[in-house]
Amino acid sequence: MTALPETTAKKLGLVIDLDTCVGCHACVVACKGWNTENYGAPLSDQSAYGAAPKGTFLNRVHAYEVQPDTGAAQTVHFPKSCLHCEDAPCVTVCPTGASYKRVEDGIVLVNEDDCIGCGLCAWACPYGARELDKAAGVMKKCTLCVDRIYNENLPEEDREPACVRTCPAGARHFGDLGDPGSAVSQLVIEREGVDLMPELGTKPVNKYLPPRPKDVLDEIDVLSPFLAPVAEESKGLAGWLDRVLEKI
Amino acid sequence: MNQPKLNLSPKVSDEIRKTTCYMCACRCGINVHMKDGKVAYIEGNRDHPVNKGVLCAKGSAGIMQVNAPSRLRAPLKRVGERGEGKFKEITWEEALDIAADRLLMIRRNDPSKLAFFTGRDQSQSFTSFWAQNFGTPNYAAHGGFCSVNMAAGGIYTMGGAFWEFGQPDWDHTKLFMLFGVAEDHDSNPIKMGIGKIKARGARVIGVNPIRSGYNAVADDWVGITPGTDGLFIMALIHELMKAGKIDLDYLARYTNAPVLLNNDEKSPEYGLFLRDEDGKPLVIDRTTGKTAPFDQKGVRPDLNGKHRVRGITHGTVFVKMAERYLDPSHAPEAVAERCGVKADKIRRIAYELARVAFDEAIELDTPWTDFRGERHEKMIGRPVSMHAMRGISAHSNGFQTCRALHVLQIILGTVEVPGGFRFKPPYPKPVEAHPAPHAKVTPDTPLDGPHLGFVRGPEDLALRGDGSPARIDKAFTWDNPMSAHGLMHMVISNAHAGDPYKIDTLFMYMANMSWNSSMNTSGVMQMLTDKDEDGEYVIPNIIYSDAYSSEMVAYADLVLPDTTYLERHDCISLLDRPICEADGAADAIRWPVIEPDRDVRGFQTVLVQLANKMGLPGFTNDDGSAKYQDYADYIVNHERKPGIGPLAGWRMGENGLQNGRGAPNASQLDNYIANGGFMVEHIPDEAAYYKPWNTAYQDWAVDLGIFDSPQPYIFQLYSEPMRKFQLAAEGHGERQPPDHLRERIRRTLDPLPIWYPPLEDGHVDPVRYPIHALTQRPMAMYHSWGSQNAWLRQIHGRNPLYLPTKLWEQHGFKEGDWALVTSAHGKITVPVAHHAALNENTIWTWNAIGKRKGAWALDEKSPETQEGFLLNHLIHELLPPRGDGLRWSNSDPITGQAAWFDLRVNIEKTSVPAETLPAYPAQGSPVPQGPDELRWKVGE
Repeated sequence: MTALPETTAKKLGLVIDLDTCVGCHACVVACKGWNTENYGAPLSDQSAYGAAPKGTFLNRVHAYEVQPDTGAAQTVHFPKSCLHCEDAPCVTVCPTGASYKRVEDGIVLVNEDDCIGCGLCAWACPYGARELDKAAGVMKKCTLCVDRIYNENLPEEDREPACVRTCPAGARHFGDLGDPGSAVSQLVIEREGVDLMPELGTKPVNKYLPPRPKDVLDEIDVLSPFLAPVAEESKGLAGWLDRVLEKI
Repeated sequence: MNQPKLNLSPKVSDEIRKTTCYMCACRCGINVHMKDGKVAYIEGNRDHPVNKGVLCAKGSAGIMQVNAPSRLRAPLKRVGERGEGKFKEITWEEALDIAADRLLMIRRNDPSKLAFFTGRDQSQSFTSFWAQNFGTPNYAAHGGFCSVNMAAGGIYTMGGAFWEFGQPDWDHTKLFMLFGVAEDHDSNPIKMGIGKIKARGARVIGVNPIRSGYNAVADDWVGITPGTDGLFIMALIHELMKAGKIDLDYLARYTNAPVLLNNDEKSPEYGLFLRDEDGKPLVIDRTTGKTAPFDQKGVRPDLNGKHRVRGITHGTVFVKMAERYLDPSHAPEAVAERCGVKADKIRRIAYELARVAFDEAIELDTPWTDFRGERHEKMIGRPVSMHAMRGISAHSNGFQTCRALHVLQIILGTVEVPGGFRFKPPYPKPVEAHPAPHAKVTPDTPLDGPHLGFVRGPEDLALRGDGSPARIDKAFTWDNPMSAHGLMHMVISNAHAGDPYKIDTLFMYMANMSWNSSMNTSGVMQMLTDKDEDGEYVIPNIIYSDAYSSEMVAYADLVLPDTTYLERHDCISLLDRPICEADGAADAIRWPVIEPDRDVRGFQTVLVQLANKMGLPGFTNDDGSAKYQDYADYIVNHERKPGIGPLAGWRMGENGLQNGRGAPNASQLDNYIANGGFMVEHIPDEAAYYKPWNTAYQDWAVDLGIFDSPQPYIFQLYSEPMRKFQLAAEGHGERQPPDHLRERIRRTLDPLPIWYPPLEDGHVDPVRYPIHALTQRPMAMYHSWGSQNAWLRQIHGRNPLYLPTKLWEQHGFKEGDWALVTSAHGKITVPVAHHAALNENTIWTWNAIGKRKGAWALDEKSPETQEGFLLNHLIHELLPPRGDGLRWSNSDPITGQAAWFDLRVNIEKTSVPAETLPAYPAQGSPVPQGPDELRWKVGE
């Protein structure tokens, strides 16, 4: 058993806008690139050019279909990585203390030197957000780019996770969700952001902004506005021209 | 707590080298982080005008492209049979000699025996210059099978189209309507734009049979039936016109709506503009009631002008449009069923367009002066913007549909206004500022001018003296008169058939013609390997350049290995396919941020070396010495005309370095590198909108070298060049079409946008083949290039055929099932999956995921070969025979655009085969398969 800190000074995390995510996987690959080259062991790929390619990714995008009671089906793209839970079951289950939650910012990390690759944490995580790297034999997970966000070798504007920096649609936001005045906290309030599976009691730090209502132009009733013709059908083209050209 | 101490500020890289991405055609700026001389990480360049720091999945995966085991290693000479993939490595000296000797022989005898086509090439101003100096008429890039309808429809209508030509005014638009684009060009700017407008609460309407990608985040989705966009758009035009919700002032000032047309059906000039002695189209001036040239100072054009001269009545384009589009055949209820969109929804969308354009109009307090000399105190904005690409253009009715879409934009007054659609320099540019096509061949002599251009009428067709096609692809002929980008998809088929003539050498670059870039893939493989009665190949000689072991490599006699995009020089030129933004002109370079570790050369440098061996004019000084040593030398020192070169940045002016015009500057590439690999020259505020008519913009464009003189023009709602082809079909004029094409030309080249059913509908039984079949490009994969990419292939390694709920249930499909899909041309057997958010009569799959065994350095059992497939097998470059003794091309009859999306199929459940069908034997690979495991960390 590994203990969680009672509180953390900050609650750094991501706010992901499901109304804007187009499912392009930019975040997935930027994450793969940064974290292959940086924190801990590289994210390896097995059967890289083979029959069953399978590698380690810390962030993946899933697509779901939603079929409302009436109207057209919808597609929702759903990026998923570690949610840096306040009550992270992956930490408390770790037998060696390798998994831990940072006191200063709440980031959940794996100390690879202490990780024995037992996989208990991945089993305990209800979100499937951890992946055991086959080549290194250690557990890999989102670090919230802990080696970027404080990195004095990067320009200040680049001190954010690689996935946030690269997201073309601006669907990913990074900040302190423990600070009610932060831009991300304000965004969560404004857009009624939600926890992923709150019933599990993990208290995820990351939040998702739900898609806005769709297909309002399909809701047609007697009050729906339509354009009115400028001239009676019987007056024909000449009548139409007269009425239209009066306007200039 | 026992927290380990972390180094929170590790060194990121030794150096950042800034260049231009080439993981797709969007050309974003990238920061390549280097460690120990190797590529460690790639991210977007925040200063770059295209992507402003962001980068897509493809771009970030560039590191896996640069280390891909499929990279070719040395020049290759075929030793086995064509298609087997058996080669021996040869030296560059030998390769260049083989190529130059054969090409020189062709050039001396008949330059048209060379067909030189360059795929997804981004150096077309250079490759066309090479081909022009060689003297062959047979040159084009891949536009004919991509989006020529979009590009040509835009140029002919308003002097520019979407993507490279223009963009929505993301900062001001309030309603963005997207037609037929799921995840297409331009990649990052559209995503950034959608994100930006959604953050502001602006709305997006997506018109696409498939609700994925951008359509998934659209606020409203119109799941239209493929090929009916034109009907839908004209129903919107009908509703807007009927309600008078059109921008009359804009139409009168900035379009040819008030231009007078000859209305006498018996006249040989019926339907042509009334012009003055200088050839200027005439309007009636409301101030005087008399005719005046459209651009005369102070003229106020009358939309309902009438004029009778020498017994011939003339009326305006506007009245002609009203007659056509007010007709009840364009009413929403008349088209709803064919479009698969309810009539009330069409009306509701028309209302929304009008409401936003007129009730939510915006004003910028920026005075400007128009080309008639009138000063305007404000810029009025109609904040409705639109974008479209292949979804509407890759149909045989696509050109007219693209024109209809521009007419919709224009009647709302939304083009080149705040909140609407904005051109990017060097656009707007009217047809008159483009060349006409050239095809006159003389041995040992350059061609008589640029190959590709915009025909103004039958006089510009590329025909030989006997009326036969001058070009191997039959571009600019009566079959497809306005084929501005050529017809790359017909080259192999025509060369194989010897129709219009036989060729000797097929020379291609970056075009996977034996696989995903061809219709009728199996047939093309056969054509490439067929031999005549003498045992010689029907297409005698094939030279191919590619950086990777693609399917096409196996069909070449000589392979010239190209570099990857991080190992080469390139210029993304204002003379070519620019990367400008609506607020500025921009160009960019690529430069070798790493050196190749193989015996490979950039293709453009190879072309320079071939030109030097042949002593081609344009590449040779008067004393016989070579003008350019390599492509970098050409980029810096070539001048297209005095002061204008491939790159507009840091040219040598009288007072030092300047952008735009100027003499070559030996340090130009270093200047680009120091600036992050690109140049931007911003447009002044007073020139930012109304560009075709704005004197400040026109003057700015002249200063920069985009034009030699101001080129103001009006939008061509009515296309006179099209009417000239119709007139020929009606029997007028010297140049006459063959009789079998008269009716089709008369019907399809209507000068005002029309809709006709996709041509395949007239050739294929719609009862037997009731389902529409489409492909879409995934956002994380670009054509075939992603397949070798170890990271991207984990995202898209297989491609099920997606079926809508109706078909899924009707055939009793379950997860894991396979289907037999049949078209009039072929059959495929493929895995299926359910996709509810889909037009109920449409099926679709991802583009170019399927791979041939042996290609791309992949395992022969890779998912791309086992569960990936191409829809191409179902599509023929010719339509099925219909008993008239003729074979009709599966292309738009106006532009020759490949009609990929006209495809109709039938589907049935089938037993699960061992792999997708058709299956082909493995081709030999000139490179070994890649490593099993990757742990790609280049630093400590």
